[in-house]
Amino acid sequence: MRVATVKHPIPFRDWLLVALSVLLVTLTLFMARLEPLFQALFPDVSNPVYRRESFLQLTLDHLLLVLVSSLISVSVGVGAGLFVTRRGGREFEPMVSSMAAIGQTFPPAAVLAIVVPLAGFGFVPTVVALTLYGLLPVIQNTIAGLNTVPPATLEAARGIGMTQGQILRRVELPIAMRVIIAGVRVSVIINIGTATIGATVGAQSLGTPIIAGLVGNNIAYVIQGALLVGLLAIVSDLLFERLERRFTFGA
Amino acid sequence: MAHDRVPGDEERHTGSLVTNRVLLTLLVAALLGVVLLPFASMAPNRLMSGQAVGVTAAMLSWQWLALAGLAGILTACALSRPFPARLARWLTLTAAPLWLLLALYGLGDYASRALQDASPAARVSQGAAFWILVFCPILMIIDAFQRLGSSLAVRGLYSVVLVVLVGAMFAGDTFDALSIMREYANNKGTFTAEFLAHLRLVGLALGPALLMGLPLGLLARRHPTARGPLFGALNFFQTIPSIALFALLVAPLSALGEALPWLKAIGVGGIGAAPAVIALIMYSLLPVVRNTYAGFAGVPATTIEAARGMGMTSRQILWKIEVPLALPVILSGLRIVTVQAIGLTVVAALIGAGGLGAFIFQGLGQYAIDLVLLGAVPTIALAVVADFLLQILVALSKPAGMR
Repeated sequence: MRVATVKHPIPFRDWLLVALSVLLVTLTLFMARLEPLFQALFPDVSNPVYRRESFLQLTLDHLLLVLVSSLISVSVGVGAGLFVTRRGGREFEPMVSSMAAIGQTFPPAAVLAIVVPLAGFGFVPTVVALTLYGLLPVIQNTIAGLNTVPPATLEAARGIGMTQGQILRRVELPIAMRVIIAGVRVSVIINIGTATIGATVGAQSLGTPIIAGLVGNNIAYVIQGALLVGLLAIVSDLLFERLERRFTFGA
Repeated sequence: MAHDRVPGDEERHTGSLVTNRVLLTLLVAALLGVVLLPFASMAPNRLMSGQAVGVTAAMLSWQWLALAGLAGILTACALSRPFPARLARWLTLTAAPLWLLLALYGLGDYASRALQDASPAARVSQGAAFWILVFCPILMIIDAFQRLGSSLAVRGLYSVVLVVLVGAMFAGDTFDALSIMREYANNKGTFTAEFLAHLRLVGLALGPALLMGLPLGLLARRHPTARGPLFGALNFFQTIPSIALFALLVAPLSALGEALPWLKAIGVGGIGAAPAVIALIMYSLLPVVRNTYAGFAGVPATTIEAARGMGMTSRQILWKIEVPLALPVILSGLRIVTVQAIGLTVVAALIGAGGLGAFIFQGLGQYAIDLVLLGAVPTIALAVVADFLLQILVALSKPAGMR
């Protein structure tokens, strides 16, 4: 539902992106080296660093969940958005828009929980839930983006003899691209968060140490998982912001 | 329901047989679901997975024949003959809810019949086809209203009647034999407590978020230089996954609680409501501030100019011109944060804050699926109802000329 995007001085944002990316990679690879620090912070804990799985593996698992579901969401979502904005599918647009709007009021964690009885525990149900939820912002923004194309522009494109396919590729998609990418951004950020909760339904992710820490009363694990997943989300968001800027027209 | 665009009535001029492809698609989806997926499942106890039962096996013959009859009427509504378009829509608005109620009744009725001569531990749960039979008629109703272009008042009244009817079925004994309702019966006291805890967390977050967000939004409007850093910082919080923010607040708050015993005495500690409420406030600020800003920015400069010309003071302009004109956009922000907070509060159960999420995570831990649903279904219902009510509030807040 992000509608307004706000402009920031570019150098600071780019500097932040580089710094946080470096921090994310370093922490992912060398979290175990921070053992003395965590030991000092939490002297009562006997194992201050999560070791059941390497943080690199957890981060890769997390990214895999998000990548697989986002790829499906984006291809299906953009496809559906294209379909309902063409002549043959116009009739479906109000229904699809309503479903996307109503679906987004469903809490992501509840959607994840609803999928479990239908698909079981583990990687697959988490991907199903992430895909279903991630679809909605993509569809919504694809429709919104394509609807921003002025009718006069389409008329002009038709007037100079462009085919439907050319109009789509060279007029409509370039104009709509920034809004579509904004939808993908919302979808990916939500999915990074929901993949964390996926740990409660048995999908290994950066949420796994968080849950383990909350269950075992080990705040150090919680911090390690939360720090990485927070950084992952912010770095992804900044990357998408850059991408959106690149597709801004006439600004 | 947020989109009021009505597809043109070009359908009447095309001369084709199918005039409502949306309705027909939904009927085909329902048919496929009923043929391919289980309507209900029966398990020997609450933890084992059940045996799938199809629609015709679960329902009495009059029930599924009635369902098929309603599907026939709805199919006729999707075609150009025999009904004229407007009649077809009103007929859809009559047949679809009957279908919905029949699917609900059929499930409850099956559960009570199936359990009559089964062991007391046996459980009947709803299957995927049941959900399809519930969602398809709801979508048909939405589609019919979109095509009729009905006012929000008509839609609201219709929804209230439907909700009351379904509520009456829940209040009666229709669903008592169903596994999710057995979980409810077993957890009645806790359910009420957790439901209220959920609402309290949402309220505790929204109050301060509004108190801080409204002035901040106005500040962003009045001082353009503050805008960039303010929105940047708030977007930063919004981006952090909920469970991470909840979890990251646990450590500093438990340290704070240890250091200051009087804080601990009023409930501020590592685990519990305090980190949840703080995180929820941080999440709620961005939509409130952004919509307040957008609301004030949307007031036409000429209107303010005219008010000044009439001799109104700045204070009068704020309260009599700007606030009323910005109100619909501000309330849309409230709608976003309310729905968002209801959803995020689910996750707060993981850090011991309570709320309906407690059932979800408890159920996931015990592999008790119906306990999971006892948390998930009411949360979704709460979010959808809150969304609908606030949508009505937004519509009412629009000045007469803009409605």
